[in-house]
Amino acid sequence: MKALLRRYFSVLTALAICAAVPAAAQDWIHTGSNLGSERIRIAAADFKPVSNDPQAPALKAAFDATLYSDLAYAGIFDLVSKSLAPQATPGSPQEVNLAQWSDAPSGAAMVAFGAVSVNKGRLAVQGWLDDTRNTANPQVLGKVYSEEATQDAARAIAHRFADEIVLRLGGGINGIAETKIYFVSSRSGSKEIWAMDYDGQNQHAVTHLGQISISPRISPDNSRLAFAALDDRGWSIRIFSLDLNRLVSFPAGTAGGSNLSPAWSGDGGKIAFSSSRSGDSAIWVADASGANLHRVTNFAGPDVAPTWNPKTNLQIAWAGGRSGEPQIYTMDQDGANVQRLTDSGYAVSPSWSPSGQFLTFSWNRKYGPGAPGGQDIYVMDIASKRWLQLTHDAGSNDYPSWAPDSRHIVFQREIGKHIEIWSMLADGTEQHQLTQTGNNSMPNWSWQ
Amino acid sequence: MNRFDRIVTPVVLFVALIALAGCGNNKKNRPLPLDETAPAVSAPATAPTAQITATPTLVMKGDQVQLNWRTSDANTVSIDGIGEVPTTGVRTVTPTESTSYHLVAKGDGGTVEATTRVTVNLPPAVVVPTTTMSAEQEAKAGIQDAFFDYDTYDIRGDAQTTLSRDASFLVSHPELKVVIGGYCDERGSSEYNLALGQSRADAAKTALVTAGVAAARIRVISYGKEKPFCAESTEECWQLNRRAGFTLDR
Repeated sequence: MKALLRRYFSVLTALAICAAVPAAAQDWIHTGSNLGSERIRIAAADFKPVSNDPQAPALKAAFDATLYSDLAYAGIFDLVSKSLAPQATPGSPQEVNLAQWSDAPSGAAMVAFGAVSVNKGRLAVQGWLDDTRNTANPQVLGKVYSEEATQDAARAIAHRFADEIVLRLGGGINGIAETKIYFVSSRSGSKEIWAMDYDGQNQHAVTHLGQISISPRISPDNSRLAFAALDDRGWSIRIFSLDLNRLVSFPAGTAGGSNLSPAWSGDGGKIAFSSSRSGDSAIWVADASGANLHRVTNFAGPDVAPTWNPKTNLQIAWAGGRSGEPQIYTMDQDGANVQRLTDSGYAVSPSWSPSGQFLTFSWNRKYGPGAPGGQDIYVMDIASKRWLQLTHDAGSNDYPSWAPDSRHIVFQREIGKHIEIWSMLADGTEQHQLTQTGNNSMPNWSWQ
Repeated sequence: MNRFDRIVTPVVLFVALIALAGCGNNKKNRPLPLDETAPAVSAPATAPTAQITATPTLVMKGDQVQLNWRTSDANTVSIDGIGEVPTTGVRTVTPTESTSYHLVAKGDGGTVEATTRVTVNLPPAVVVPTTTMSAEQEAKAGIQDAFFDYDTYDIRGDAQTTLSRDASFLVSHPELKVVIGGYCDERGSSEYNLALGQSRADAAKTALVTAGVAAARIRVISYGKEKPFCAESTEECWQLNRRAGFTLDR
């Protein structure tokens, strides 16, 4: 909890600095990826193999590649490319020549290096981070990891080491290399909930219900997965326990009408969702146990896709159709103080940034029969309603979901009826396709 | 519900049931005409009353029917085909053909009769699934889907006409229950389209209920764009997918 508060505080501070910068053009929004100082130039040396085990080369290769891509994609570094980096593989602080890394063409302010060994089925990694210009006392970080010798473990250790570096150099905000992304995949024949690492590795099915299961939302503590499933009685909100590996009871989600698009509050205590049980689609809120169910919105037309302000847990944004095409609204959690954020077009699928300041959502500003323009991902500053378009001229984009660092966004992109999951920095750069097999949609980034 | 409602509601339903069954001659609360052949002279004895109802009055062969009867001032009561029965009672029967249940109540004040008729529909010579098919085919012919404009759930003119006809068919086929599926075209967001599909199906249900179809006979499920009727990106196909679609509820 303390760590959480600390994280929010630092984000808040950073955003306050950012808000103080006068805004001129439409593209004024600076999300987490450009906060504070200039990007730190960092180099990642290939780690030194220090054992002769036949498994070692493959595991070392997986570790090196993962650490490199984690740092490249962290959003706060200027990573020295492999072609400019020295060929050296220092295996310890005694072996590193700091000038070699700080001099041109590398020019790194920081260098990560270390050693990998495999011994009797155990993988051991020692990792360091040195400040190349502080020759007197260069060590910023020193870590030792030991795991069973598998590819998964090699990648996991690299993620952990990368997150340590990001935490140390990125203003106290936790890295995301150990986070997961939940999504819908139909590659097994029916729409099931799947999970993968944040970089697209390790994709595996979570549910095997053989129905249509959509809209996965992972609980803030990573223990439960809420989603909507269709059976012959209609749509209900289901909760799958990742600890127990089975569905657990959520009676509030099963009454009549369509029950859709669940959303956890940031403290994990409440679930908001869309239900038409009273005869008109509306946003309802219940405790995570299913108790204290109550209706929050009372407008004609579809109301769907709630998302809590994860910083305060006091406000909800959602997509509402009371004026025709859906628009993004915010309200207090009791339904008071409704604000409309989008002025026109077709706006859906809001996700509230962990910093509390931004919404990302999918918007087609010129939507209408015969009209040009696409469904793209946007970020909006809630207080000023100023927005930034993140995707351009590339398919139809929907279901953006913030990463816990408020620096990354995962979303779905449909090109020619083929839907895949992509992630990017929150300024629209560094777009990566994470899935390749079958149709994959509705990504949801874990909270930690 | 207050106590008054608790008593009155069943009575009202009871009366309505009898009226539906075409048993007007046995309406409750109306003194039954005395049998003219009864010895009206035995003055102090009150003439007996009797009523009998069957639920339901329309069944398939093999279905059970509940007979309910009540008499007053009767000493012996008998029902044709069943024999002597208590003066008030309930009996479950399984008629194999359309049957009139004829009740005779004899008392000191005379004899009174009451009749209820159960119509038994004989299934076709073949097995039950084919019956289902024919009911489905009949319903398919009698109930048309309603179509919608882009991103709305308003019932437009042609849909209103369609739903009025659907309502008439359903009113005249009280044994049918239906599921209304709400469908959307491929454009837009799938979560929002599920909510929109729900609004379309709910709008169609409201139109049917307004036209006299019991709400309990209609279930609503939204399919959004999860189960499209066609997959082309053309206005024709999009129109086909923007609908409230009917299926029989089993």
